[in-house]
Formats: sequence, C-alpha cells, structure tokens
Amino acid sequence: MDKKEYSELVEQTTPRTKEGKTLLFAFAIGGLICTIGQGVSDALAALIPSFDAKKIGALTGVVMIFLGSLLTGLGVYDKIGYYAGAGSVLPITGFANSVVSPAMEYNKEGIVFGLMAKMFSIAGPVIVSGVCASVLIGVIYYIIGLF
Amino acid sequence: MQYFLTYLKVFAVGGLVCTIGQLLINKTKMTSARVLVTFLLAGAALEAVGLFRYIEDFGKAGITIPITGFGKSLAAGAIEGAKQGLYQACTGGLAAVAAGLSAAIAFGFVIALVSKSKPKGA
Repeated sequence: MDKKEYSELVEQTTPRTKEGKTLLFAFAIGGLICTIGQGVSDALAALIPSFDAKKIGALTGVVMIFLGSLLTGLGVYDKIGYYAGAGSVLPITGFANSVVSPAMEYNKEGIVFGLMAKMFSIAGPVIVSGVCASVLIGVIYYIIGLF
Repeated sequence: MQYFLTYLKVFAVGGLVCTIGQLLINKTKMTSARVLVTFLLAGAALEAVGLFRYIEDFGKAGITIPITGFGKSLAAGAIEGAKQGLYQACTGGLAAVAAGLSAAIAFGFVIALVSKSKPKGA
C-alpha cells in the first residue's frame, strides 16, 4: 500500500468511526441525563403531592439546573461534555453549564464586569430568542383569540 | 414493569434528541449556542402548533429535559396568557420559566463565585 492509498483509506474510515462514536455517546449520555430527570420528576411528585404537573416540571428543571451548575463548578461537567457532545449540551444541565462556565472563567476580571457581565455570553442568545419567540406566539394567539 | 417501560422510552427519546443535535454539530459545525437556540425554537414551535404534547405523552422527560422543554414552557406560558389578555400574552412565557431562569442565575452566580476555573483543556 503506497502513501496515496493509505491516505484514502484513512479518509474513508476515520471520520465515519469518529462520527459514529460521537453519535453513540450523545445518545447514551443524553438519554441517561433525561432518565435522571424523569427520576427526579417522579421523586418530586411523590414527595410533594400538592404540586400540580406544571410546578413539578418547573421544580425538576430547578433541580437539574442545580446539578448541572454544581458539576460544572466541580469541573466534572466539562469532562463529561468532552465525550458526550450534544448529549451534555442539549439537556437543561447543559444550559446551566453554559451559564456557569463563562461566569467562572471571567470571575478573575471582577465580579460585576467579569462574572455577572459574561455569565450570559453563551446562554444570552438562548434567552433572547426564547423570550422573543414566546412574545410572538403569545401575540399571535391573542389576535387569533379575538376572532 | 410499567416504570421500566416509561424510563426506557424517556431514555430513547432523550437520546434521540441529543443524537439529532450531535448530527447537526457534526454536519454543519454549529457551535453549542446555535444548537441550543435551534432546539429551543423547535420546542417552542412544536408547542405553538400543538404537536409537543404528543411527543411529551410518549417520551416525557426525554423531550422536556432537553432545551426543547424550555422552549415548550415559554410557548405554553404565552398561549395560556393569551387567553387572559394582551398583557399576559407578552408576560406569560417568562413567567412560566421564571423558576428555571432564577435557578440558573442564582446557582450560577454562587457556584461561579466559589469555584476556580481550570485552564482550558485540563
């Protein structure tokens, strides 16, 4: 096998196996985080029977955000993220990670202009687009409701 | 057995959502912020057209724990508010995610304050 054949072979095989691996890890870890979330939700529903489904859902988010923030602070979440990719980014714990990570990194530049200002450098677009979308949807539903 | 089946569905749906996200990252070199925005808007859109509840009935936390659930809450709050008036239509979304957002800001602040950032790649 000469050099050209070898590099062709590498090109054929490497990206596919690597991509397969990233997809598999994303599936497994993403699925696992969601399963933990379901466990938290079921536990909260059993502990606080007076809360309705909406409040249990919100509280589940709070617990998962706490776990994501804590694991980020301990430096564990970024290690999981190295393998999990989207599996750790997409769950709400990843949203918490995207808030805490830059806040930690810029902490050394001061609390107000470092930590507080940079806290939403990644999560900011998520909140802006989400709030704008919700206002748009609300107004559309309001107008539809008029007729 | 019932519980096992529910958790299996949660795992499968949650895993599938993240796999789609990973495919987007692999194919389009999207940054994580873009992937988050895309899935958030997808969740909000699915709720706005009334399809989200069917996925949620099947996959439960598999679709609500990913950021799609955050988008769903924003949209659901706005739709709920629109029944009461224009004011609530505009505020309902944020009101619905107030707990999660407050948690992210408060926990984020305290934890970033007490933990030291490690150098990148460590």
